[in-house]
Amino acid sequence: MKRKKFTENVFFNTFKILTFIVVSIAISLILFIIGNGIPVLSLDFLINPPINGMMAGGISSAIAGTLMLMILTVIFSLPLGIGAAIFLSEYTEKVDSRIIRIIRLAINNLAGVPSIVYGLLGLGLFVLFLQLKFSILSASLTLSFLTLPVIIAASEEALKNVPMEYREASLALGASKLETIKNIVLPSAIPGILTACILGLSRAAGETAPLLMTGAAYYLPEFTGNIFKQFMALSTHIFFMATQSPNPEATRPIQYGTVTVLLVLVLSMNMLAIILRSYYRRRLK
Amino acid sequence: MKKRGERPIESLLFFSAFLALIILSLIFLFLVSEALPIFWLISPLDFLLGREWMPASFTEPSYGILPLILGTFLVVVTAIVIAVPIGIACAIYLSEVADNRLKELLKPLLEILAGIPSVVYGFIALVFLSGIVHTIFNTTYRLNALNGGLILALMIMPTIITISEDAINSVPREFKEASLAMGATRWETIRIITLPAAKSGITVGVMLGLGRAVGETMAVMMATGNSPLVTFDIFRSIQTMTATIAIEMGEVVFGSPHYHALFAVGLILFLITFAINLIADVAISRLGVRRR
Repeated sequence: MKRKKFTENVFFNTFKILTFIVVSIAISLILFIIGNGIPVLSLDFLINPPINGMMAGGISSAIAGTLMLMILTVIFSLPLGIGAAIFLSEYTEKVDSRIIRIIRLAINNLAGVPSIVYGLLGLGLFVLFLQLKFSILSASLTLSFLTLPVIIAASEEALKNVPMEYREASLALGASKLETIKNIVLPSAIPGILTACILGLSRAAGETAPLLMTGAAYYLPEFTGNIFKQFMALSTHIFFMATQSPNPEATRPIQYGTVTVLLVLVLSMNMLAIILRSYYRRRLK
Repeated sequence: MKKRGERPIESLLFFSAFLALIILSLIFLFLVSEALPIFWLISPLDFLLGREWMPASFTEPSYGILPLILGTFLVVVTAIVIAVPIGIACAIYLSEVADNRLKELLKPLLEILAGIPSVVYGFIALVFLSGIVHTIFNTTYRLNALNGGLILALMIMPTIITISEDAINSVPREFKEASLAMGATRWETIRIITLPAAKSGITVGVMLGLGRAVGETMAVMMATGNSPLVTFDIFRSIQTMTATIAIEMGEVVFGSPHYHALFAVGLILFLITFAINLIADVAISRLGVRRR
C-alpha cells in the first residue's frame, strides 16, 4: 500500500510540475512580448502612419485596417451566425433530423478547415470570380466565412441557456413561435450573443494567412477607408516587418510594439468574452 | 399560431444554417476546379511523389510536393509527440488532482492562451524560441523543423488539454467511486477506470489538435525557414504545405501552372483536415450514444 501511494505521488507530482511548466512558459512568453513592446508604445506610435519605407513612424494605418476588417467581418457574419443558431436551437424538431445532422457536420467541419484554405476560397471566389479585387471587402467577406462557426457555436450556447419555461410562458399567452423568439428568447440571450460577437471580432483581428491572399498590402501609409482598396492590418504588418522587410533586425522595436498592440487587443476581447460568459451562465442557472 | 409574414423570416433562418453546407461545398468546388488543370500537365502520382518543388523555375519547372508533405509531416509529428502526453498529463492534473480554486484560475488562462493569434506565435518562434533551440542543439540552421514543431506543440496544447479535461470530467462519478471503494488508489482508478472511459473524448481533443497543427500557417512559416527539402532531419529547414501556399500565392501569375499547383496543394490540405475532422466527429457521436 505504501508503495502504491509512492507511485501515485510520483505521477501526480510529475503532472503538477508539467502543468506549471506549461502555464509558466505561456505567461513568460506574453510578458516577454509585452515587456519589449511597452517601451515602444506612445500616442505618436498609435496615431502616426509608418514612414521611410516602414523603417520608422507608427502603425496607425495598420490599426485602422484591422478595426475596419473586424467591424465589416462581424457585420456580415453576426446576423447569419445568429440566424443559424436560432434555427438550430429552436426549429430542429420541424425539419428532417438528417438535414440537421448534415448541417451540424458541415459546421463542425468548417471550424476545422485551415485558415489558409479559406484564403484560397476568398481568392478564387471574391477576388477573382466576383471581381472584388484585392480589397478590404474581399478580405472581410473571407473572414466572415471563417468566423461563422465560432459565432454559431457561441450564439447557440446562449440560446440553449434560456430556460424552456420562458418560451412556454410566451407561447401559452398566444404569442407565435417567431414572436416568442423575438420578444423573449433573443433579449434573454443578449449577453451570450454579445460574447459571440466579441469572439468573432477577436478572431478577425488575429487572422493573418487569409489576408495575405485577399488584399493585405506590404506598405500603404495612407488609410483610405475605401472598402474596395487594399489595406494594411496589424497581423500582416507583423509578418511583413519580421520576415519580408530589407532589414528586420533594425525594426525589431516597431515589431514588438505592433505585436503588443495586437496581443492586448485580442486578449482583452477574449477576457471580456470569458467574463461575460461566466456571468450569464451563473445568472440563468 | 403562425402570423402573416413569418414564413419568409423562417426561411431566412433556415438559409443561414444551410449556408454552412454551401460554404463547405464552395470550398471543395473552387479547390477542385482551380486545381484540376495542373493534372493535365503532370500525373497525380508524379505530383504527390515528385521530389522536387521548383515551380518558379523558368527553364524546367517541377511540381513535386513530396518535400512539402514531408515538411508538414515533420513539424506535425514533433508537435504531437510533445503536446499529446503533456496535454493529457495537464488534463489529468486539472480534473483529478488540482483543487477547485487553482482550477478556476488555470482554465481561463488556457483559454486565453488558445486565443493568441498564430502570427504572434510565429513572431515568438522567430525572435525568441529559435535562439534557444539554436543554442541547445547547436543547429546549423537557425530556423528548422524542430523550432516549428515546438511552437506548434505550444499552440495545440490548450485544445488538447481543454477537451481532454472535459472528457475526464464527464466520466460518471459512480465509476470512480466504485473503483475507490474496491480499494484502488486514486492513480489506479485514473489509469484503469477513468482514462479508458474518457478515451473517445481524449481522441476528439487529439484529433482537433492534429487538425489545427496540419492547417497552421503563420507560425510554422515564420519558424521553419522554408526550404522545400526531402528530409527527415528535424534540425534542417523545411517548408510545409500551408507555408508554400501563403508565400508563393503572392507572386504567382493567376491561371499559370504554378497557380493551379498551389490550389492542388490546398485541395490535399483540405482533404487531410476533412478526414481528421470526420474522425473527430465519429468520436463525438460515439460519446453522445454512451452518455445517453
